[in-house]
Amino acid sequence: MSDITVDVAVIGAGPAGIAAGVGAKKAGAERVVIFERDWDLGGILQQCIHPGFGLHIFGEELTGPEYMHRWISKAREVGVEFLMNSMVFHMEDDGSFWIMNPSLGIKKVTPKSVVLAMGCRERPLGALGIPGTRPAGIYTAGTAQRLVNMEGYMPGNKVVILGSGDVGLIMARRMIWEGAEVLGVYEIMPWPGGLRRNIAQCLDDYGIPFHLEETVVEIHGKDRLEGVTVAKVDMNRKPIVGTERLVGCDTLLLAVGLIPENELSRMAGVAINPVTQGPYVNELLQTSKPKIFAAGNVVIVYDLVDWVSKEGERAGKNAALFAAGELKEPARKIKILGGSNVRLYSPQWLSGQADATIYMRVAQPIEKRCKVIVEPGAYEKQLRYARPGEMSEVQIKAEYVQSLGDVAEILVDIREA
Amino acid sequence: MFIERRIICTSCPVGCFMIVTEENGKIVSISGSSCPRGEEYAKVELTDPRRVFASTIRVEGGVLSVCPVRSKEPVPKDKIFDITKAVARVKIKAPIEIGQIIIKNVCDTSVDIVASRSLPAKQSADTVAQGG
Repeated sequence: MSDITVDVAVIGAGPAGIAAGVGAKKAGAERVVIFERDWDLGGILQQCIHPGFGLHIFGEELTGPEYMHRWISKAREVGVEFLMNSMVFHMEDDGSFWIMNPSLGIKKVTPKSVVLAMGCRERPLGALGIPGTRPAGIYTAGTAQRLVNMEGYMPGNKVVILGSGDVGLIMARRMIWEGAEVLGVYEIMPWPGGLRRNIAQCLDDYGIPFHLEETVVEIHGKDRLEGVTVAKVDMNRKPIVGTERLVGCDTLLLAVGLIPENELSRMAGVAINPVTQGPYVNELLQTSKPKIFAAGNVVIVYDLVDWVSKEGERAGKNAALFAAGELKEPARKIKILGGSNVRLYSPQWLSGQADATIYMRVAQPIEKRCKVIVEPGAYEKQLRYARPGEMSEVQIKAEYVQSLGDVAEILVDIREA
Repeated sequence: MFIERRIICTSCPVGCFMIVTEENGKIVSISGSSCPRGEEYAKVELTDPRRVFASTIRVEGGVLSVCPVRSKEPVPKDKIFDITKAVARVKIKAPIEIGQIIIKNVCDTSVDIVASRSLPAKQSADTVAQGG
């Protein structure tokens, strides 16, 4: 049984992985193979049939499948290879891994470098600990999206949505268009989880009530969901006694956060950041294992697929350089620290070998002019606002990092102007 | 008489919050947008609000039982529910090509409903599985 030898192996054929394949080929890698467990290319974007993707990269708003169609065509054009129906089930700490494929059987893959692009998963009901029964009719928003948009099933008729992440907002409108009744969206935080335009075009357009600082405190129903009890929460996100209301419904959709999918990364001994739940990376998107790179929602959950694709290309390019022996061992390792209003950010390290883009999310919203600051140094970027549901980014030049002398840490924060 | 309307621009992910002032049904000022697209959006939103419609149609003999479709251009907002019904009646045979017209001039909007992905027929699914 011979191993599959490749220059750059990419795990996952979603937006990050396909862009990584393109980036690797463009940077001169000979054999670039993307391993995908599904029969289809495109990952989760294939079920995101609404428009809203690609404004930054293509200058127009495409649906998810259209956006991926363009990237898949580009990947085929530059000679990226795909191996479908191939589940990567084990990864060694040298970056080699094992796949299972219905026609090839079990195969070992020995790449010169790897790009992790496994994406993320939705936070499930079990992680919320809501009291009550566990009847049928409770789905994560993404599962419901798959059922409606790819399998042609309606999950239910009277819908309550818990959490206001973008997938939940999009599904509110989708369920209305398919003839369901959406009774309300309940968000435990004082601000929305998703983009403001999705509140406007998915909820406000259809008069769907949006309740901030309210949550589901009990689930009712024996076989099928019959209703949920909702309640207001206090400043500590604890339900306020006496504010409970019963809402009759047969379906509960959960849009309560996304978690990077890093089982393989952990198996390979890649260091994981407990805050982002993705690998620690430098600006080359190199993990703690020099041979292993990572990009997209497996690293940090982005709001826009355009950024995922850009980071995928960056990871692919650097993985190709590494495979060719052209990427020097980083001479410097400067740690990025997040300020008091930066909840999470990526990358966490800078090597000074390339220009960097630091992506971050604020802990508290600032609804007026504010700025990203990088200290020490003269880096400042003006922002019109900063919201936890919308990522901010700042570009840092390699020369800046090289000029830092003995500095071992830099600070990134978002403050009022 | 002045009327103030508050709208959120949906042209891009920024979602600018705009205040539009009207006098006798005519727009006299638009504030809050951070780019020219915002003003354009506000004008259209007050006179002829439109949205891109995206849904699925049923498919016979495809690798999936439904195929995503979209309106090629934004359609009048008040026609959306008529369009959902028109789209729900359609069933089409695989294979389907991305961009293929599914319904021409849907509900007299002069806008076509087109497929937003290619969907192979079922028997060729094996070819796809080989990475073809």
